[in-house]
Amino acid sequence: MQKEKNIAAVIPPLPVPSFTGGGGGAVKQEFTITVYTENQIGLLVRIAIIFSRRKINIDSLNTSPSEIDSVHRFTIVINETEEVVRKLCRQIEKQVEVLKTYYNNNDEIVWQELALYKVPTDVIAEQVQVERLLSQHGAKAVVIRKDYTVFEVAGHREETDNLIKVLEPYGLIEFVRSARIAIIKNSEGFHKKLKEFEYREPGEAITENEFLNQNEEVFSM
Amino acid sequence: METLEKIKEIKKEQSAQKFPLGGFRGLSGGEAVLEAFLAEDVDTIFGYPGGAIMPIYDALYDYNDRIKHILVRHEQGAIHAAQGYARVSGRTGVVFATSGPGATNLVTGLADAMIDSTPVVCITGQVFAHLLGTDAFQEIDVINITTPVTKWNYQVTDASEIPAVLAKAFYIAGSGRPGPVLIDITKNAQLQQFDYEGYKKCDHIRSYRPKPIVRKEYIEQAAELINNAERPFVIFGQGVILGNGEKEFIQFIEKAGIPSAWTIMGMSAIPTDHPLGVGMLGMHGNYGPNVLTNECDVLIAVGMRFDDRVTGRLDKYAKQAKIIHLDIDPSEIDKNVKSTVPVWGDCKETLPMLTALVQQKKHEAWHEKFKVYQQKEDEKCIIPEMNPITDELTMGEVINVLNELTKGEAVIVTDVGQHQMVACRYAKYNNSKSNITSGGLGTMGFALPTAIGAKFGAPNKTIIAIAGDGGIQMTIQELGTIMQFNVDVKILILNNQFLGMVRQWQQLFHGKRYSFVDITSPDFVQVAKGYYIDGQRVSEREKLKDALQTMLNHKGSYFLEVMVGKENNVFPMVPQGRGVSEIILSKEEL
Repeated sequence: MQKEKNIAAVIPPLPVPSFTGGGGGAVKQEFTITVYTENQIGLLVRIAIIFSRRKINIDSLNTSPSEIDSVHRFTIVINETEEVVRKLCRQIEKQVEVLKTYYNNNDEIVWQELALYKVPTDVIAEQVQVERLLSQHGAKAVVIRKDYTVFEVAGHREETDNLIKVLEPYGLIEFVRSARIAIIKNSEGFHKKLKEFEYREPGEAITENEFLNQNEEVFSM
Repeated sequence: METLEKIKEIKKEQSAQKFPLGGFRGLSGGEAVLEAFLAEDVDTIFGYPGGAIMPIYDALYDYNDRIKHILVRHEQGAIHAAQGYARVSGRTGVVFATSGPGATNLVTGLADAMIDSTPVVCITGQVFAHLLGTDAFQEIDVINITTPVTKWNYQVTDASEIPAVLAKAFYIAGSGRPGPVLIDITKNAQLQQFDYEGYKKCDHIRSYRPKPIVRKEYIEQAAELINNAERPFVIFGQGVILGNGEKEFIQFIEKAGIPSAWTIMGMSAIPTDHPLGVGMLGMHGNYGPNVLTNECDVLIAVGMRFDDRVTGRLDKYAKQAKIIHLDIDPSEIDKNVKSTVPVWGDCKETLPMLTALVQQKKHEAWHEKFKVYQQKEDEKCIIPEMNPITDELTMGEVINVLNELTKGEAVIVTDVGQHQMVACRYAKYNNSKSNITSGGLGTMGFALPTAIGAKFGAPNKTIIAIAGDGGIQMTIQELGTIMQFNVDVKILILNNQFLGMVRQWQQLFHGKRYSFVDITSPDFVQVAKGYYIDGQRVSEREKLKDALQTMLNHKGSYFLEVMVGKENNVFPMVPQGRGVSEIILSKEEL
């Protein structure tokens, strides 16, 4: 077997540090899993099947850049026991292109979801109380057109849900909500952590398929 | 590199005709694949050509003098052969397959290699990159199909990626906890000429840590537990073999004087007659190791993953014991059995550290207990198996005679089912990497193609493939590979005219309702003869030894079919849903 020079193994993969104080035991609760990864096509599937293989529903999933160029950040919300979440995190961290995985309960994070609401403009113009309700909920107009207006609200699930109920009687046309994004209160960010990964080279640029639009120019058999 | 220069010269000339517009700029993607193989010391490829991998096979034509290609009869055979090659040699097995059905035929082998941690690199051809997603001929989304069954996979659409991607592939497959890697290469990338800058082996990927660093405090805690233990018990798996830690392991158990039992995958890591070896764990393992798992006070698990076939019911598993778990894969720690002390790391590094701290002990009274259970097992299971009162042969006595003749020097490759359990219970091994079986996935049809690969991985060893009448029929076409390449594999079929293991379960747990386990077989010996492989069938006790001797002495491959009792059962057995100490020695105890 080829013997690797074991440079990468200077740092132990610690047990996924939980900032959770009390043991969750066998009680299911909402956990937010934060995964720092390389940017690779196919990694989303690799992570997603860790959940689907065990028939666990993902409540919310967001991928975004992180504070570090080339490092991506997945934010995944599931409702499970801490024991299960810990095992899931170890499986995620085992993936070649995953740098680090954390999980936290709701007390340990600051989180937001963004919601958009499309409402008929005339209703808002004519009914003063709608305007008041919207400002009470911290809604901000994103687009105002003659026929409709789009508001946005950032907040927790209950807050954005509440506004749906409020707007429904006034002809809410469309509603959409984003996945959760979360900041770990206790986290010092990933810069320091990344150094522990023996930063020797930046992440690789992804290679996408450049040939899809050339099907008539390329010979094939 | 000289030969590479030569190839470049020739290619330049050829390409002047082939590529009148572009001319030659280096290597083709296909050639880059083979250059990577040379750099990784690959000497054997198991494969099957097809449309989407033709440019690689075209390149192979020029490399044929340096890399052997074994043309199998089915892609499943190719990957099993690569597994066999890897398992006996500790090196990475290599596979070629084409797109579509070629790739999907690899899936069983990938899953097998994944669950049994076997280093394999598969190269699959893929349709042209511009055709991806168009349902082109023989196009299949192989990356997404194989994601759950590979340690890593990657699709190449540009030839310039090939050297670095293959370097990563070999590094990932062989390092840490090994596993299968699949690289899918589109046909345009195989054909594409690119500026080849040489091959650089990979030894680091920043997001990948093959080995966790060893934490001293855990070693110390583990040593303290062991030193204070009165009834310590070591159970070990394939991790000892994969980490090349056999010597370190033996030093550890010999100093600490701890009885040690192997899992089916850990078998042969220590000689089967080692005085501290107490036998096999698990559903059909030995009596003592199973029962005494629930009596030890410290359980030391080395490079094993507490599979359900080893643990039985988890809530009745070693509840009284403090558990030390040594494993290279952090996700295995606390997955099934909660450890008292987790020792992360390569056992080749952790075991010597532990050995240094443990006290020299003998634990004689504790060893005696294993002997008492061994005697019970001898009386109730082993002696009747070896000396049956009927004329029908038992599988156990066949293995026993085989032991006499091979003296533990052969590599035994087993299929899946009763014969597998019997072979693993009774076969003797002197050397590590001698027991090759499909442990985790339980792949019927594994033995024959895997044995072929094993012969290429260990050409100087006697390779014996043992299969049942069911399993052999799943991959019997690989007799063609044996014929074509004169592979010296001894094939031993234990024919009980049933799908025996399922029949045993139906007998014990389904009221003897034998539902579709009565399998008809062809005249195997005639089939083998059709492939120009000599063989015979025996069913009499007095002819058994001669027949086995003939098989072993035969120059080249040989096919021996032994007729055994139709309704023999494998005991002891931990019935599903029971604890390990509820192991039974006969069906009367059920």
